[in-house]
Amino acid sequence: MSLREAASNLVGWVDYRLPIVKTWKTHMSEYYAPKNFNFWYFFGVLALVVFANQVLSGIWLTMFYVPTAEEAFKSIEYIMRDVSSGWAIRYMHEVGASFFFIVIYLHIFRGLLYGSYQRPRELIWIFGMFIYCLMMVEGFLGYVLPYGNMSYWGAKVILNLVGAIPIIGEGLQIWVQGDFVVGSATLGRFFALHVALVPLILIVGIFLHIVALHQVGSNNPEGIDIKAHVDADGNPLDGIPFHPYYTISDLTPVVIFLILFFACVFYFPGGGGYFIEPPNYLPADKLSTPEHIAPVWYFTPFYAMLRSVTIDSFGLDAKVWGLIIVSGAMLVLFFLPWLDRSAVLSMRYKGWPSKIMLMLFAVSFVFLGVLGAKPADWAPAWVAPALTTIYFAYFLAMPVYTKLEKTKPVPGRIGAKSG
Amino acid sequence: MSKSGGDGTNSGRRMFLSGTTSTLFAMGAMGLATPYVQSWNPSTRARAAGAPIEIDLSKIPEGSLHVEEWRGKPIYIVKRTKTMLESLEKAADKLRDPDSEDEQQPHYAKNKNRSRIPAILVVEGICTHLGCTPKYRAGQADDEFWGFFCPCHGSRFDLAGRVYKGVPAPTNLKVPPHYYADEGTLIVGNEERETT
Repeated sequence: MSLREAASNLVGWVDYRLPIVKTWKTHMSEYYAPKNFNFWYFFGVLALVVFANQVLSGIWLTMFYVPTAEEAFKSIEYIMRDVSSGWAIRYMHEVGASFFFIVIYLHIFRGLLYGSYQRPRELIWIFGMFIYCLMMVEGFLGYVLPYGNMSYWGAKVILNLVGAIPIIGEGLQIWVQGDFVVGSATLGRFFALHVALVPLILIVGIFLHIVALHQVGSNNPEGIDIKAHVDADGNPLDGIPFHPYYTISDLTPVVIFLILFFACVFYFPGGGGYFIEPPNYLPADKLSTPEHIAPVWYFTPFYAMLRSVTIDSFGLDAKVWGLIIVSGAMLVLFFLPWLDRSAVLSMRYKGWPSKIMLMLFAVSFVFLGVLGAKPADWAPAWVAPALTTIYFAYFLAMPVYTKLEKTKPVPGRIGAKSG
Repeated sequence: MSKSGGDGTNSGRRMFLSGTTSTLFAMGAMGLATPYVQSWNPSTRARAAGAPIEIDLSKIPEGSLHVEEWRGKPIYIVKRTKTMLESLEKAADKLRDPDSEDEQQPHYAKNKNRSRIPAILVVEGICTHLGCTPKYRAGQADDEFWGFFCPCHGSRFDLAGRVYKGVPAPTNLKVPPHYYADEGTLIVGNEERETT
């Protein structure tokens, strides 16, 4: 019996007991993806690459990190100075966190650009938003763990925010932090959540995101439904099997991404004070607040919205209103598939109101991010509320402008000339 | 007695069994959740560390700031002089909440001096803006600013911990629960019985 035969027998033996061949076909070799994927379609695969990096480097960090108020910062110094290659593992994890968000923000923008959230991909979008929210929780928990001074004060500001919830807030805050102050009890649970519970839920979320995608099929820059034109075998004429075509072609962006990533890991690990903020090179000090408290960059748009409310109104504190606005900003994302009433998916065929609104939205989000990273008095007080208004207008006015605008006719096939 | 389906199944019994089992499972789930939820509360050790503290007032000089720590928070204690108490009246129109309407103090400290004993101020030394620790300012000259000044974002509080108008801090400094065991002993972290 040749080696080839033996291998094929083994596959047969397993396949009888576990549907490996069918799974491979459904998700790889016979998963037909549109042939016209462009630059924006790299970020899904890249997100998986970063996620794998986070899991691997994270597991290694748990081998050396100690989650107590006395030891946490020292154990990070130990990793950086004494553990062989410890610095590389920590920097991969820390730069990886920021790169994860860069990739995810571009991935989400792709969705907005080509209507990837529209029918029939609503569930994919919802799972995706669920993953995004979990990532923010994961990022926050992880940022507290080194127990630098910004970790400590960041945790304090966020936990005080929990305390600002009317009636139940104060008790909830003490329950979450596990002590009357942020300390060992807080670190212990944040560590457990960061390394076990949240990643487990994230994996389930990612699994559902991909299974739901493969059920309905990928969208494409044209927003054309490739399943509408199939060959004699029922395979889309404008589709190509994911494997080998996209598995091979995705290798190039992955390599370019890894070059950029490791350039950062080796030469720019602090991200110019944005990946690790300068106060975090000092241990947590409950008697000295950093001059200027700002969250890590990927939270800053929401932080700017939080701060944008400065007036108490309707019997509620400004802080509580800030909380309501930020929760609303997150919540509205989940309803996007039902806010868009357009008959077409891709921005290429949507009307100019959609194009302008998406542009305004992207600009407002980026500028909110800039504002959130700066001190509160850096820009005039009206700027943050104005940008927050644009953010919400993009969503809340969407049923109107997508319904009323004039769209271009969508060709039936990819590559065909329209009109 | 009970409804039966065409194929001989007893659907009433089915409903009853599914209903009771699911109810029991739900109750069991709640029971199971209890230790998980409770374990997040402050542990006995943390509660012991957060126990009330005792302060001997006789050792505190008049007019200067004395700092104690309770539950990881700085507690500011000032034996206010007569001039200091008079300064409280003068500041009133510059304050955001001169009458302590916000629930930032126990009811027994909701008075013009925000204290149980008129002269003695007991407040948490945590700025109500972002939690920095305000600095004590009580100089000699009468026209100078007297009170607490937060170096982080410039919030100002008077010598009763009341916040000034036009500063980032939204509310007065918090008064922790406290009482006097006897004339010279202050207990912070607990409230005595109402009547003595």
